[in-house]
Amino acid sequence: MSENVDRQKHLSEGPWAKGILIGIALLFLLLILVLPLFTVFMQAFRKGVEVYFAAITQSDARSAIKLTLIAAGIAVPLNLMFGFAAAWAITRFRFKGKNLLITLIDLPFAVSPVIAGLIFVLLFGARGMFGPWLADHDIKIIFAMPGIVLATIFVTFPFVARELIPIMQNQGTLEEEAAASMGANGWTILRRVTLPNIKWGLLYGVILCNARAMGEFGAVSVVSGHIRGETNTLPLHVEILYNEYQFAASFAVASLLVLLALVTLLVKSILEWKQKQVLSQGQGE
Amino acid sequence: MHVEVYGLSKRFGNFEAAKQINFGIEQGKLIGLLGPSGSGKTTVLRMLSGLEHPDSGDILFHGVRVNEQSPQARGIGFVFQNYALFRHMTVYDNIAFGLTVQRKSKVVIRERVTELIELTGLKGMEKRLPHQLSGGQRQRVAFARALAPEPQLLLLDEPFAAIDAKVRKELRAWLKETIHRVGITSIFVTHDQEEAVEVADEIIIMNQGKVEQQGTPIEIYQNPHSAFVASFVGESTVLDPFAGLHGFEDPLPQSKALIRPEYVEIGLEKELAIPHAAERGIVRDVQFRGANWLVIVEVGTHLLSGYRSHEKPLLKLGDDVHVLIHRIYTFNEQQAELRENRLKFDPMPVYI
Repeated sequence: MSENVDRQKHLSEGPWAKGILIGIALLFLLLILVLPLFTVFMQAFRKGVEVYFAAITQSDARSAIKLTLIAAGIAVPLNLMFGFAAAWAITRFRFKGKNLLITLIDLPFAVSPVIAGLIFVLLFGARGMFGPWLADHDIKIIFAMPGIVLATIFVTFPFVARELIPIMQNQGTLEEEAAASMGANGWTILRRVTLPNIKWGLLYGVILCNARAMGEFGAVSVVSGHIRGETNTLPLHVEILYNEYQFAASFAVASLLVLLALVTLLVKSILEWKQKQVLSQGQGE
Repeated sequence: MHVEVYGLSKRFGNFEAAKQINFGIEQGKLIGLLGPSGSGKTTVLRMLSGLEHPDSGDILFHGVRVNEQSPQARGIGFVFQNYALFRHMTVYDNIAFGLTVQRKSKVVIRERVTELIELTGLKGMEKRLPHQLSGGQRQRVAFARALAPEPQLLLLDEPFAAIDAKVRKELRAWLKETIHRVGITSIFVTHDQEEAVEVADEIIIMNQGKVEQQGTPIEIYQNPHSAFVASFVGESTVLDPFAGLHGFEDPLPQSKALIRPEYVEIGLEKELAIPHAAERGIVRDVQFRGANWLVIVEVGTHLLSGYRSHEKPLLKLGDDVHVLIHRIYTFNEQQAELRENRLKFDPMPVYI
């Protein structure tokens, strides 16, 4: 089944309707997506290439980049493991409370990121549940890197699991059973049968997870405390620069995030294409 | 391998998939596990393989209880209904999988895989991925893959179900021949009685989680132990209730009767050898069956069917005919009997 079949004449709305619909869609796309994207780069380079590079190499910017990379670098691998474990449990075992687990995995998508951040402030903040204990032991979570990492993990938790569950459900357990009947143990089955089958989906989930981890604003903003050069991630740094009327610098840093988004989209479409091939192979005939 | 099964039961929630299954299989035999869908045949197969654990009962391989053995340890080969080929591996790697798991040397693996590729007629396909193969080829890969680690028992779950009718016939003959050549004890599950009769040395018929009968195809065909078996194997018409027919005047109390079309001779008065043993009937339908006609006649309150050769004059709807019934099976809740037409004075004419 192809997605781009030309509609037959007797189903079609006529050349006028077609033209207008395509026109509206394109105009909308231009206004809402292309124009802002273009503006980001235009504003970023408005004062010249030197200002642009100065803005993104300035020490606060560098530490923001570093913090963003660290937060994503911790959150993504952890969510990769949690997500895989959750998808494995859900698709391979029958147990009570499975539906509850599936719903819980979606919770971070349903909750506003600001609330997500607030949860951690209420838990670990100075006046939070564990606040006094943490203060006694001189552990800083809120307004420090651990809080940022925690908030990032929370908001990006569903990506990998959500991506894997349908793929693993679709593939079922037959290939794994076949491997077992030929004498393969659990580890061999995982390494040689299960993982190769889900690798594209897994990568896809990781890509999305990473994009969100680096771009997250709301939750991180609440727990970060906006300490320059210390607890500012890239999105927070953009906001600060903007609020200080350093538009060129602000847009320059923002352009980094846009580039990240574009790369993510590119990798995502390549993976989607790959994954579609794999799925169509699986369905056979 | 010599396989024995005693009192095997398995329940999924409220559904009893297998109830007190008993059977024994001699070494080297090709067994057809036959039954309608939901009769528990796949469950039995999966319990033999260790992929499912029985609630009760014993499975013995060569007289040793294997209930607690993992699938990995049982030395079985399993061919799945949809083959479950490793979709990311080539034909070669699929077949080699079991051997690489056993950490056989590269040389040994190459030798064995090449041998199997030749046996299954897959030469030239080694580098293809499963999705680049036809259904029949995939089936052969699945078969070769299961055989590669030299299992002692081969289990095949509906091996022909996903293949179109034409290739299926070919593949059946091929599978039968190949299994006998390799000499491996094999059990295949099927819901197709024709397939079971054609391929298997011995058939185990299952219905509603129970074994109804075990025997060679001819034994089961000629001497079915239950109405279910008689109606499931071969073509037949069931008369329910059975009021008695000419030559079968004293049926069992509250019985049903089952009549196979090959035991019913339909013809004009002069054509039948023993007209006095025949019933009178009216032709209700005539269907072309390639080698002959299937004629459906109304005899009293019953509708019977029988074959008629192309050589004889064509019968038309509404024709008055004689219907000679050579034998019937009669059943009630307790008993099942095979009865011959008692009005036939001379030895039964050979009718095929």
